[in-house]
Amino acid sequence: MCCHGCEAVARAILAAGHGDFYKYRTDNAPTGRELVPDFIAQTRVYDHPEVQKSFVRQEDGTIREAALILEGITCAACIWLNERHLARLPGVLEVQINYATHRARIRWDDGRVRLSDILQAVRAIGYEAHPYDPQQQQLAYDRERRTQLKRLGVAGVMGMQVMMLSAALYVGDWSGMEQGIRSFFRWVGLLLTTPVLLYSAVPFFHGAWRDLRNRRIGMDVPVSLGILVAFAGSLHATLTGLGEVYYDSVVMFVFFLLVSRYFELMARKRGAETAESLGQAMPVMATRLSADGSHVQVPVADLAVGDRVLVKPGETIPADGSIETGQSSVNEALLTGESTPLHKTTGDSVIGGSINIESPLTVAVTTVGMDTVLASIMRLLERAQGEKPAITRLADRAASWFVSAVLLLAAGVALYWWQHAPDSWLPIVVSVLVVTCPCALSLATPTAISAVTGTLQGMGLLSARGNRLETLSQCSHVVFDKTGTLTQGRLSVGIIQCLSDIPETGILAIAAALERQSEHPIAAAIERAAADAERLDAHDVRNEPGAGMCGTVNGRAFWIGRPDYVAGQCSHAALLDDLPLQGTPGARVALADADTVHALFVLHDSLRPDAGATVKALQDAGKQIILMTGDNPAAAHAVADAVGITQVLADLTPQDKLQRVQAIQQRGAIVAMVGDGINDAPVLAAADVSIAMHDAAHVSHASADMILLTEQLMPLADGMRLAHKAMRIIRQNLAWAVSYNLVALPAAALGYVAPWMAAIGMSASSLLVVVNALRLTRRRRAQDNITSSKPATATAV
Amino acid sequence: MEIIYLLIPLSLVLVGAIVWAFFWAVRSGQFDDMEGPAHRILMDDDSVEAGKKAEEQDNGK
Repeated sequence: MCCHGCEAVARAILAAGHGDFYKYRTDNAPTGRELVPDFIAQTRVYDHPEVQKSFVRQEDGTIREAALILEGITCAACIWLNERHLARLPGVLEVQINYATHRARIRWDDGRVRLSDILQAVRAIGYEAHPYDPQQQQLAYDRERRTQLKRLGVAGVMGMQVMMLSAALYVGDWSGMEQGIRSFFRWVGLLLTTPVLLYSAVPFFHGAWRDLRNRRIGMDVPVSLGILVAFAGSLHATLTGLGEVYYDSVVMFVFFLLVSRYFELMARKRGAETAESLGQAMPVMATRLSADGSHVQVPVADLAVGDRVLVKPGETIPADGSIETGQSSVNEALLTGESTPLHKTTGDSVIGGSINIESPLTVAVTTVGMDTVLASIMRLLERAQGEKPAITRLADRAASWFVSAVLLLAAGVALYWWQHAPDSWLPIVVSVLVVTCPCALSLATPTAISAVTGTLQGMGLLSARGNRLETLSQCSHVVFDKTGTLTQGRLSVGIIQCLSDIPETGILAIAAALERQSEHPIAAAIERAAADAERLDAHDVRNEPGAGMCGTVNGRAFWIGRPDYVAGQCSHAALLDDLPLQGTPGARVALADADTVHALFVLHDSLRPDAGATVKALQDAGKQIILMTGDNPAAAHAVADAVGITQVLADLTPQDKLQRVQAIQQRGAIVAMVGDGINDAPVLAAADVSIAMHDAAHVSHASADMILLTEQLMPLADGMRLAHKAMRIIRQNLAWAVSYNLVALPAAALGYVAPWMAAIGMSASSLLVVVNALRLTRRRRAQDNITSSKPATATAV
Repeated sequence: MEIIYLLIPLSLVLVGAIVWAFFWAVRSGQFDDMEGPAHRILMDDDSVEAGKKAEEQDNGK
């Protein structure tokens, strides 16, 4: 919301010598937010190591890092001010504040500065900082949302009443009105407007006051000035009976501004959800093994390095560690995006947040809390979010320049008319302020965005952030992840190679009989493939974790599992070495009895049915398509060839992906990233616009700008088309708003526009903008038809 | 036109009532979830079976 002006003023303050700034700060401390002893005592609590444990990460020696939430941030300049202010504190090493989440990441030297000093320093410049605690942030958000809603409601209800009275007054000016009724209406208007001024408009005054105390000009300053001038003038007119009243202008001004702030709050909330849901991947309780072997349920936060924990099948591993006893397969899909569970045995390391599938494990904890892999992914993600490109802030900046210009113009107009026609200066200044009331400007974008967001959601593409639509419509490159994005992220049996005289259905029946005893995803895939086969029963089934199963079916012993495991049981194992399927990617499962190898299954992830069509549609729209995957090149190329992607980057770690995307961005490209899984979260955040799949791990939902709610990819291509259309309508709206202001503003400044004309012009302009935006909702049926005409063939790779 | 002197104060009382009702609605959480009820109405209705399934899904999340 803020402007160059704020930055420039604040920068000037610091450039002139920050001594002045500090002097100024201490000057102000006694007046506004003096550091009352209570507050100091409260912050001192946070210096306690036990209290710090949950939100502070310790580095070497006395270096600490913590996440704080800041309250009172309204614009980029506030962030800038806080960053600068904190960075100047001796002992503070690094400060980084995320605008989307209002969260600060601070590194400091505990030997030179205490956390409580940092919290107090934030308080001294008029903001408030709390240690980040998901629960507390949710509460703070709920409180803020409800308060804003109430302010909005009051402004809306009162606004309608005041507009009604004003309409009567305006008509009265034309056709004549009894003096008594006229005066009565004005007093009622005053009565209705006062709550709006004293309750709904408070945040603007608050922000303006803080801006002025910090000697800078933000958006709130001209807003407050406009409200106060119009109200004071109207109050004077009501008391004396001379001049005009402008209560309608005041309430509508407040109402529309509150609406836009409310939308902003909602958008910001979505950004903040990311890290919270990542944190939820960790369980709350863990089973700790005491020295005497007894089991104790403890909160995960209380786990310490060296503790031994028991993780039962189906449970989430509570911290990073290494396996002490037991072997099992572990699903790390949430962290690595790898859909096939990994076999882990004694001595292997496991990652907190992954799920133990087969059998109980005893894990020795090696890292806890802020040092775990999951926590570092979260930090990576937050940093990437902080580095989001600022293309969309340009519009905000232009708007705030415009506001500053209007403020100056209003002052000039007031001065001129004060000298030339002292009677009419007030209505003219109010006209200038009302005519330029940013209603059209502030409605132009939100209405179009809310309209298109609704339409997109009907198509199956949910936008989590409206301001990414612009980027979506402009993007030049679309980057796809492989597993779970172009493919379904679920194993299925692709090829069954029968190597003996048993027919395929017989093979499937035997395999399914054995695999029915296992919970492994491969087993589930084989069971699905055997759904139509005869149902056999297996006896004496044994599960060899990580290798396979063996058991007796129809009186014969069979082994099924990894080819090397099966080969060890079978006398003709040599067969497995020269199979025709050596080159095909995918997981291999062999079925054999003591004499013969009967079959070989190749399992893989199947492509989404409309992946090819989507890629083609995007290519036709002139987008460059790139496939980035952590998988091996063979598997990556197989998928790429099947869907028609020519640019393939394989074997990438999450950091590699991030770098590749940033490299493309540096060449001037605008990148849309489609992915899933936590490993994609950092790169999703760094991309200009990110789209997560419906069945993606929970976290990437929250970090993505958009979420595909269907199993199809096609809404992506349709969504891009619609986003393009939406941007055209937004541009039309903005063009209208600008040209309207260009005509109306000089006219108002010259005194040709009475406040009631300004009010009508403003309302008509707003209405036009809204109606134009609503055209977007009519597209829904047409878009539905496009979406439903998807190709129905499933291609396996 | 004297009736206006009665009607407008009456409308002010109505406005007061509306604001009070709105505050109550906000405080009691009527606006906390704008999406959920729209979906929930589809889940509970048709049969007891469908309702149970929907509940289980909800709990599963």
